[in-house]
Amino acid sequence: MTTPVLEAKKVTMQFGGLKALVDFDLTLLPGELVGMIGPNGAGKTTAFNAITGVYPPSSGDVLVSGARVNGQRPYQICIAGIARTFQNIRLFKQLTALDNVRVACHHGRQAGFTAAFLRTAGFLADEARIARRAEEFLAVMGLADKRDALARNLPYGEQRRLEIARALATGPKLLCLDEPAAGMNASEKVALMDLIQKIRDQFGLAILVIEHDMRVVMGVSERMVVLDHGVTIARGSPQEIRANPKVIEAYLGDSYLEEKHMQVPVEAP
Amino acid sequence: MDTSTPSAGPLRTLGLAGRSVTPLAVTFVITLIAYTLLQRAHADYPSIVLTVAGINIIMAVSLNVVNGFTGQFSLGHAGFMAIGAYTAAKIMLGLHHSQIVGLSPFISDQIFFFFALVCGMVTAAVAGLLVGMPSLRLRGDYLAIVTLGFNEIIRVIIENTPFLGQATGLSGLPRITTLVWVYMGVVATVMAARRLAESTHGRALLAIREDEVAAEAMGVDTTGYKVRAFVIASAFAGLAGGLLVHQIQLCTPRSFTFIRSIEVVAMVVLGGMGSVTGSILAALILSVGVEILRSVQEFRMVVYSLLLIVLMLTRPAGIFGTRELWDLLPRPFGRRRASPAGGTP
Repeated sequence: MTTPVLEAKKVTMQFGGLKALVDFDLTLLPGELVGMIGPNGAGKTTAFNAITGVYPPSSGDVLVSGARVNGQRPYQICIAGIARTFQNIRLFKQLTALDNVRVACHHGRQAGFTAAFLRTAGFLADEARIARRAEEFLAVMGLADKRDALARNLPYGEQRRLEIARALATGPKLLCLDEPAAGMNASEKVALMDLIQKIRDQFGLAILVIEHDMRVVMGVSERMVVLDHGVTIARGSPQEIRANPKVIEAYLGDSYLEEKHMQVPVEAP
Repeated sequence: MDTSTPSAGPLRTLGLAGRSVTPLAVTFVITLIAYTLLQRAHADYPSIVLTVAGINIIMAVSLNVVNGFTGQFSLGHAGFMAIGAYTAAKIMLGLHHSQIVGLSPFISDQIFFFFALVCGMVTAAVAGLLVGMPSLRLRGDYLAIVTLGFNEIIRVIIENTPFLGQATGLSGLPRITTLVWVYMGVVATVMAARRLAESTHGRALLAIREDEVAAEAMGVDTTGYKVRAFVIASAFAGLAGGLLVHQIQLCTPRSFTFIRSIEVVAMVVLGGMGSVTGSILAALILSVGVEILRSVQEFRMVVYSLLLIVLMLTRPAGIFGTRELWDLLPRPFGRRRASPAGGTP
């Protein structure tokens, strides 16, 4: 029996009178690739923020590899093994691609502050190790030749990939991708999803992807979670999700269902 | 890549220690020669101008660690300078009439002075820790106001403490700060800032400046690093304070008003946030410029302000932006990417 990488138990996020996320449950095993979908404002990014500690959950528990992490600072959760990317790219724009990734290797350092001032051998070995590691991840994401380019000067697609490289370099057990394919065209999206699968296989990570484009995310996910108005309305395999009337209603409205003579099952109270 | 022979480690450490000591030794020799020549020529004035410029360089480069590297806006740098200055001054006043047995008065005074400067750095660093811990949770304008307030509190406390001479200040300090002392301090500060910038800790600071949320999400303890940057900057401000009061032989609260803090901020902004060489150049331009403008007394501050306005209009990111001098030089002189990790050993 393997311990799940992530267990979210009845996580609720409340902002004043608004419940952005209600009793969110999610369990991810090592190596799983799970997609999270839902219309705009469904609470997908809120779920991410609750998991990664940007906001502490109002109630409920988040466990990373069996250890409770809610209430911890985002950097502690990152070190515990959850890395993320952002919906609107948040690279360190004035730093080079290499430095962006090197920042993410920061928590693996051994040499301390004083060592940096004295330039001890231990410090230099540490720096060399960090640089090697960063270059490896740049290469994985096909950015090896961009190492000295400033992040803000990279084209959009490469910025997205750099963000993934940066997240990978933190050495996560779970990688959370917040709309990694946003703003990409159809073929770029397919290439990206291939890459995501490749990363999962190569590093044995669990991956949680938020994506709007149903076709893209259904192609790669083994399991899916659908949110609407903060509530988990469906979970299951892509095939089940595709046929689920509740999901169709959330996305297309009930007039579409009537047209197709389908019915939304009434939930038991 | 890694040298695996057992002797390589210690040897390399020895070489690295050499790289730390060599710049200090070279500065020592050069400034000693310059100092002796200036003394022989009785050229007190250039000597004083260069000393003041050096102290300003220490202030600007250290503030750059907070304002430039980490992107936090501190307006209280003179407060930490005051703490270092009063600590060093009190120690020197206490030790002035003593002498280490077996050493000449001159040598013994130099050792006392070194001790006083180090104590000044330590107390300023402790103050930086105490001020930084609660206030660095604030951002931008709020942090600026809190640090400004701290600066004023320090000044008011000193003005009302008989032990510290109140508004009259402490007089009768030995004139022990020389060009040699100041430029040793400059080299130490610049080396510390550059080495920090080229280390993983420095990159963590830059990441905080660029995007605090992302830095935190990538495993950087943002609060911890902001406090560390603050402590380091405060320590060197304390050093600058100790050097200043033993140059003008007087330690009064008037030397450490928020006007001085703002002058230092102007140097950092002018040189470029995050550029160490930019801060050095800006501190030199502004300190020497003020002296040159003495011939047009009435217009001095007008020209000074105009200079700032013109520079900010033409180069809004400062003289060098976030880059260093060698990034801008043509190839043969420039060195792109000198990070120790990039090359082969």
